[in-house]
Amino acid sequence: MARIIGGVATTHVPSIGKAIADKKHNDPYWKPFFSGFDYVHQWLAREKPDVAVFFYNDHGLNFFLDKLPTFAVGAAKEYRNEDEGWGIPVARPALGDQAFSWHLINALVADEFDVTMCQEMLIDHAVTIPLELMWPGNWPAKIVPISINTVQHPLPSMARCLKLGRAVGRAIESYPQDLRVMVVGTGGLSHQLDGTRAGFINKEFDQLCLDKIVSEPDTLTRYSIHDVVALAGAQGVEFLNWMAMRGALTGQVSQAHRNYHIPISNTAAATIVLANEAQAARKAA
Amino acid sequence: MTQDIAGTTMFDGDQAQKGLALNRMCFSFNSAENRAAFVKDEEAYCQKYGLDEEQRAAIKARNVLQLIEAGGNVYYLAKFAGIFGLNVQDIGAQQTGMSVEDFKAKLVAAGR
Repeated sequence: MARIIGGVATTHVPSIGKAIADKKHNDPYWKPFFSGFDYVHQWLAREKPDVAVFFYNDHGLNFFLDKLPTFAVGAAKEYRNEDEGWGIPVARPALGDQAFSWHLINALVADEFDVTMCQEMLIDHAVTIPLELMWPGNWPAKIVPISINTVQHPLPSMARCLKLGRAVGRAIESYPQDLRVMVVGTGGLSHQLDGTRAGFINKEFDQLCLDKIVSEPDTLTRYSIHDVVALAGAQGVEFLNWMAMRGALTGQVSQAHRNYHIPISNTAAATIVLANEAQAARKAA
Repeated sequence: MTQDIAGTTMFDGDQAQKGLALNRMCFSFNSAENRAAFVKDEEAYCQKYGLDEEQRAAIKARNVLQLIEAGGNVYYLAKFAGIFGLNVQDIGAQQTGMSVEDFKAKLVAAGR
């Protein structure tokens, strides 16, 4: 059976892509962010996931506003990145696991999450930057991208995204093949790019979210989307991807690592690793 | 346009409807060829995408707040800004009426 080994969540600011290309890892501006990945690299080297399920938001590469799904699941053999228009280097393609993708899609729809199914899907920086941060230079894991609309309101609620994650977690664990699966949530934390409130950051709310997401994610569902915009900034709603990631961790969850740094570009940057002790493993012990 | 969170425009159905043509044009800037075509003949390019007068004036003025008012979504507007080599800190400074240096300093201060 497939097993969920844990989750990683990280900021996906486009300028990180440029900083990687320019090898700025030790530059004083970037070091506090990049050094937060040393632990992630050790964890991945030890845990060796076969597949990474990504919860992320597309920023106008694969989807346009003419047809915008709330939840969309990739089922492609390969996911390409392309020119996004803001001058970051085009990343290498990521490999998919089609059989696993279709299993997730079938299970999600049976579980009343009526997702959009994508046999072709471009992945933008919200997937490629976390991949490159986690596995610099070589991406050994296959991926399943799950896109959540965080762009055009109405957005799905915090509670809905947590439930989506839980449904994905159940779907992963019902896969008969022995796969080691990790889940990834990308984006955030607090930031706002638009309006006269551009540059808004809320350290206090970010810290609360980082604390609560580990073992009390349900308490965060009290915040409406309007609340999250007010407290985390217009683009801070990317935290929905983190909620879905957390929902997919079905076992005993503990924080293995946390890094928080202000600012990267306009954003409060954060990276966490959550370990998931699966139910079956607990029974065996 | 409602702004019940000060300085923030919710990109909702009304804004999405208003900004469809503008955002579609900006979506086209994912392609280098289209960015070059815009630079070559801006007026013709805006016309091809059916921008209204308000949107054309905002594009001409390179004014992000006006572009938002005209229905622009910031992720798409960032692709427009990319044509001029401007990043989100440059457009943040423009929208808040600060110098880019002061805007960056404000972000650093938020971490203290």
